[in-house]
Order: sequence, then C-alpha cells, then structure tokens
Amino acid sequence: MAKRILIADDEPNIVVSLEFLMKKMGHVVRVASNGEEALDAVGEFNPDLILLDIMMPRMSGFDLCQTVRENPAWKGIKIVMLSAKGREIEVNKGMAVGADAYVTKPFSTRELVAKVRELLGE
Amino acid sequence: MHGKVRFALVLGASWGVVVLAGAAIVLLAAADLGEAERALLGPILRERAPSLTLATLLLLVPLAFIVRALCRRYVTAPAKLVEDAHIMLAANPSHRASPRGSAEIRRLAAGLNAFADVRESLLRDVDARVREANEHIEEERNRLAALMSELAHSVIVCNVEGRILLYNARAMQLLRKPLDEAGAPGKAHSLVGLGRSVFAIFDRNVIIHALETLHDRLRQRTRAPVASFVAATPAGQLVRVQMAPVRSTASDRTAENARDAVTGFVLVVDNITRRIESGNRRDLLLETLTQGTRASLASMRAAIETIASFPEMDQEARDRFVAIIGEEARRLSACLDETGSEFADSLRTEWPLEDMRGSDLIAAARRRIESRVGVPTKLEKVDESIWLKVDSYSLMQGIAYLVKRLHDEFGIREIRFGLEAAGQFAHLDVIWSGAPLGVETTMSWQTDPMAAGGEASPLTLKQVIERHSAEIWYQIHKPSQREYFRIAIPLTQPEEAAWSAPAVGASRPEFYDFDLFHQSGQRPEQDDRALAQLSYTVFDTETTGLSPSGGDEIVSIGAVRVVNGRLLDHEVFEQLIDPQRDMSPEASRITGIEASMLEHQPTIDKVLPAFLAFCEDTVLVAHNAAFDMRFLHLKEEATGVRFTHPVLDTLLLSAAIHPQLESHGLEAIAERMGVNPIGRHTALGDAIMTGEIFLRMIPLLAQQGIRTLGQARAASRTTYLARIEY
Repeated sequence: MAKRILIADDEPNIVVSLEFLMKKMGHVVRVASNGEEALDAVGEFNPDLILLDIMMPRMSGFDLCQTVRENPAWKGIKIVMLSAKGREIEVNKGMAVGADAYVTKPFSTRELVAKVRELLGE
Repeated sequence: MHGKVRFALVLGASWGVVVLAGAAIVLLAAADLGEAERALLGPILRERAPSLTLATLLLLVPLAFIVRALCRRYVTAPAKLVEDAHIMLAANPSHRASPRGSAEIRRLAAGLNAFADVRESLLRDVDARVREANEHIEEERNRLAALMSELAHSVIVCNVEGRILLYNARAMQLLRKPLDEAGAPGKAHSLVGLGRSVFAIFDRNVIIHALETLHDRLRQRTRAPVASFVAATPAGQLVRVQMAPVRSTASDRTAENARDAVTGFVLVVDNITRRIESGNRRDLLLETLTQGTRASLASMRAAIETIASFPEMDQEARDRFVAIIGEEARRLSACLDETGSEFADSLRTEWPLEDMRGSDLIAAARRRIESRVGVPTKLEKVDESIWLKVDSYSLMQGIAYLVKRLHDEFGIREIRFGLEAAGQFAHLDVIWSGAPLGVETTMSWQTDPMAAGGEASPLTLKQVIERHSAEIWYQIHKPSQREYFRIAIPLTQPEEAAWSAPAVGASRPEFYDFDLFHQSGQRPEQDDRALAQLSYTVFDTETTGLSPSGGDEIVSIGAVRVVNGRLLDHEVFEQLIDPQRDMSPEASRITGIEASMLEHQPTIDKVLPAFLAFCEDTVLVAHNAAFDMRFLHLKEEATGVRFTHPVLDTLLLSAAIHPQLESHGLEAIAERMGVNPIGRHTALGDAIMTGEIFLRMIPLLAQQGIRTLGQARAASRTTYLARIEY
C-alpha cells in the first residue's frame, strides 16, 4: 500500500537517491530542504514517515522532531533521523527527542529501505 | 601652680603662723600680768613698736631659707625624679635619675635606675631579636624572589581579598593591558603590581568560583588542592590559570575550618594561546574530514547502490546519478584541498577543560542557585564516582541560568538534580515538575545570552554546551509528570583520587621549608647540635606482647619525621608486619590489629631495611624508647639491620622537665602539653602524638638550659638513673 514519505534534507544530491528509492518502493514522496519547510509539509502533506536530516538551516532535525512529537495529531508519524553526526551522544539525543530510528551517514541504502519497511509495518 | 607663687604662698603662710604664734604667746603672757605691770609695760612696748615690727619682718629671711631648703628636699627632688622617669620612658632609655633630695628619695631614684637598667637590656634584646628575625625574613624573601624569577611560568601571590603580594617579572610581562586598540608593544602598562587588585586582571566571579573549588578540595583533603580555569587576558591572550591555596600557620586547622585556614592564593599563569590554536587546528581538521565528508560519501554511496539495485533504470535517471557521483567526488577532493589550507584561518575558540567530580559541580551549582536565584534545590540519585571534564564555571553558570529562566518564566519553586553514567557520558539532569516547555522555548533559551544570577555572560548556553562537546535536551518523564533538561557531558577518569591525609592536627604545609638551607649537613652524631635544628624520626611499634626476649614480635611500625621544628605529617612510615606467630586476643584488643590483617603482610626482615632507610641521618625519638629499641636490637642478628642512631626518649625527657611529677605516660604528658590524642594505639597515631609532644618539649628543655642533643642525652641519663633509684 502506498504510504506518504517526507524527505527533509538540505543536500540535494542525497535527496535524489532517497526520492528515487522511496518512489521505487511505491510510496508518495515530498521533499523539503529546510526545517521550517519540513514543518509546513508535515501539516499539509500528513506523512506516514519522515526521513529527517539533523543539520538543516532554520530549524534542526532535533527541534523538528520534538515539535512533531508535541502534537498529538501527529502521533502516528514515524521519524528516521539521518545524520553526519555519528557520536553515541547524538544518537541518544535523537532517540530521546522522539526519533524511531537513527541512521548515520553514509548508510547502506538496503538497510535504510529495510528500516523504512519495518517502521511502516510492511 | 607656678613654683614661685607656691613658694611665696608657703613662705607667707609659715610667716603668718610664726607671727600669730608669737602674738598668741604675748597675749597669753599679757593676760597673766597685773594692772600695774600692764601700765608699766604698755608704754615701753608702744615705744618699741617700730623695732618689734621690723624684727617680725626680719623673721621672714630665716623662714625663707628654711622653706626653700625644705622645698628642695621634698618637692623639687621628687618632681625631678618624675621628669627623669619620663625621659627614660619616652625619650632615652639610657638616661638615669641623678640622686638628690632626702635619703628616701635618693633610694627611690636608685630603685628607678635599677628598673631602667633591666628595661634597657630587655629593649636591646628585643631589638636584636627583631633585627635577627627581619634579616631571616629578608633572606627568605630574597630566596623566594630568586626562585620565582627563574620560573618559566607567571606567578602571582594574592591575599584572600585579591591584593597582589608577590609576583614575578613574567607575570608582569604577560598581563599587560594595551593602551590603544592596536595594542602596540611598548605602549602597554602592566596590571600587575604590589597591592593592586587581581580582579583587574581576572573576572572576580571566576576567581571566587576557583576559591570555592579550592575550599571544597581542602575539605576533602585532596593531596594537592588546585583549581584551574581559563581566562582571556586584557591583551587578548588565552591563559590557563592554576590556583593553589596559601594556608595559614594556625595549628588548629582541621577539615571543617579549611575556609578560615586559607590566607591567600598563588596563581600560576600559563599562556596557552598558541597551544589552543594548534589544538583547534587539529580538531577542526578532524571535524572537517569526518563530519564534512560524511554527507558527500552518503550521497555517492546512495547513488551507486541505487544504480546497482535498479539495472533497468532509464538512461536519464542513470545519467543523473552518475552526475551526482561525479559532483560529490569533486566536492570531496575540493574539501580535502581546502582543509589543508583553510582550517587554520577559521578558528573557533575551544576551552581546555579540567577534571571535576560531578557531585562537586552539582554542589557548586546548588550553592549558586540557592544564593542567587533563590530556588531551593534537592538531590536525586547522584553517582558520586562520576568525574567530568568541564569548565566548571561556565557550566555552573549555564545551569543557574536555566534554573533562573524556569523560575522567572514558569514560577518553578524547586529544582532537583540527578547524575548518572551512560556509556561514555554522564547524564546531568535538572529536574522539575508541573511546567512542560515548548520546543521554541527550549530553543530560544539555548541561544539567548545567559544572564542568570545577576551577571551577564557573553556566552549562550549553546556555546557552553559546545565548549564541552556535550549535548543538552529537554525531556518529559510521563509516568512521574516530571520534566527535565538532560545535559550529557563526556566522562573522564580523575587525575588523582581524593587522598585522605593522616588524621593529625596539621601545622603549616610542609612541602617547602626554606630553613633547610641553614642545615649544616645532617650529622646527628654531633652532640653539640641544637635540638631545634636536628631532624628526627619519631616512631612507635605495636607488638604481640611485652616481652621482646620472650618471643614477642613487632606487628606494626609507624613513624613520622620532624624537621626544623616541624612535624611533617606527609612524610610518614606506616607498615603492618607478619609476626610469624600468633597474635593473642589481648594484644589484638590493645592494638586493634587482628591476626587476619597480618596475613600477606611483609615479614620483619623485609620491613626493617625500609624503615632504616626512612630513618637515615636522623635522631630516633620514641616514648619509652628502650622498649622499642630492644625489639629492634633483637632483630639485628636475624636481619642484619643495625639502628645505631642517637635516641631520645620522651618519657625520660618529661621526667627531666617535671621531676616532681610522677606520671610520665604518653597520655598524661599529652594532656599536660595540650596535645590532642588522635588515633591512639596505632603505631602511626602514637608516633605522631609523640612527635607533637617532643616538639613542645624543646622550648621547655631550653628553659632548663638543655639545648643540644648532648645535653638532652645527659639529662635523660640522669633522670633514668634517678627513676631507677626510686
């Protein structure tokens, strides 16, 4: 079943691959290139899952994640954090602010796809 | 009253008395006369009236002589004496009263002169001593100055008020304030000067915080209590400052009044600007090479894996992915080139951090919050074993800042702290309940400049957190309805474990002693060396019993050194010894040493050589030394270790000082001398007590003319014989 995926990342070159992969999985994809745009998109697009980069302009992935988790209406949204920050402590922080998964860049596309499948219950 | 007026008055009065007495006699005689006699005498007297009046007036002359002589003897002489006394007292101690006046007053003058003689010699003596002491101090000061000028570090010594008492040339050079913006060399004046305030150089609050840290460490009896902080100098250099306490010489210093015992502090200032720069370069290079390349690698890897996974992909899509791979590869190369040349120019200040116990950081933050923000604080689970790498001042400021905003904006009335380890980090939680925060609030709190606790800091909480390579986030614990900020701080191993000093009433710190320069070689064999100048090993042994020749053995040796009249409570010897025989319950009761404690301890043949080395070139001192020496001597053959040192016995010395007293037990003497008994019936505890007693005996012995080692030994022999005779 087609799900709605929001990709929030300011690196266009990774977005191309992520978008391609998600579409190939049969999902509907929307792209946001900064934190605020992503937050607007959450309201309009009502995604099932967000692929969320941490270091974005305007609003960081951590803050966006926490904002989403504050709103009960968005309770069901799955969040996968993608980050070039790979320290244990950032992973802890990501999980603490409400991410469902934390993936350190560079990552294996196969594992990312598997993780998305798992979170969407497919 | 003026002398002449008084003389005239006295003269007039005495003349009046004489005249009145004469008149009275005449009148009395006249009353006796018959009528005829009176008639006969009347005209005769009336005729002679002028000459009688003249005679009466002439009477004044001898009277004047008599009154003057009396005045000289009884009025002027004492007055002169008073004057002499004033001169001796105020102006010239060598002046003496000249004897005059009556015999009594002459004797008084002689007595006064005798007093003056004594006083003069006392004054001379005091002068000489003051001069001697001043020379001594001057010499020490010169030595210290010479030492400091050789140091590669900048050193400043301050009193507790922050006034500079001592500094070296390097400190003056480093801590200059540029006169103009450009800070041209030569046009700068130093902020360092005697009597100036150190707060003109370093922020008062930073110094006060470091002092508080020192007090905490003193209370914990850290071996080398030092606090450190990093600051920018007025000239923009980055310096690392280490602060060590200057402790008072008060002998009653204990852990509790450590605060009172600190009379000042020493700052050792080290310019770390360059070190920071090179350190930053390395860090930045690492960061650019790891974090900066991850994004490009991620894009490339995703593109390659996508092409590989979907071979049926159309040409257009494939071209796009290939273009991405090419672009990211070029970006990676460019990134490598740039890091090689550019990272040096874009430096961000990174702070060197110090090791601090987590619970100490929380304690400091609590004090600050309670005193400045006025919010009561409590502790939840705090792991005492956690050590953090922090800039304690800025982090503490950050915590106080958060609490102030919670208090001001959400009316939070109580804050709790928690601390636990999580992997390589410690989670320091600032906990409250009843006020959930929005993301925007927590975001803005982190990026606003901190202004908590009444002082403005140019830093933001975010910068403070970054400085620590830490993370901070806000979380809600739903089940307990509590909210908290979690600060994750890198863990570290302590640079040294808190060290517990032997429990003694410490005197001044013994890590230096300039008086050692006066030591004319350590040759205690010389009996004519003064007692106060010798080095001693004061020791005590615990044994399995009281019969050295009956097979009892030493189970413990404790010793402390006394050098230059000071008990060095950091230079101690303490060792349990396996006696290789049973320990009787009685002996265990007295010594507190159980047989099980002696298993795996070294045997006497291993311990004695070490103890001999500890005693090298000293005089041995023990209470009832004969007992301990007997044990040592009995081991000579078996161990080959010979103790040939001169020995003093506090028991015998006590008998020499107080021959009339009967009790010369260690406890009785301690009580007489005002020494607190600490850790009695451990070898080290008794040795330290004996050492304190011995130190107090030295001046008492001197009063009896016993000043040298030879005299002390002779006195001991005498009392020993005297005691035997009793």
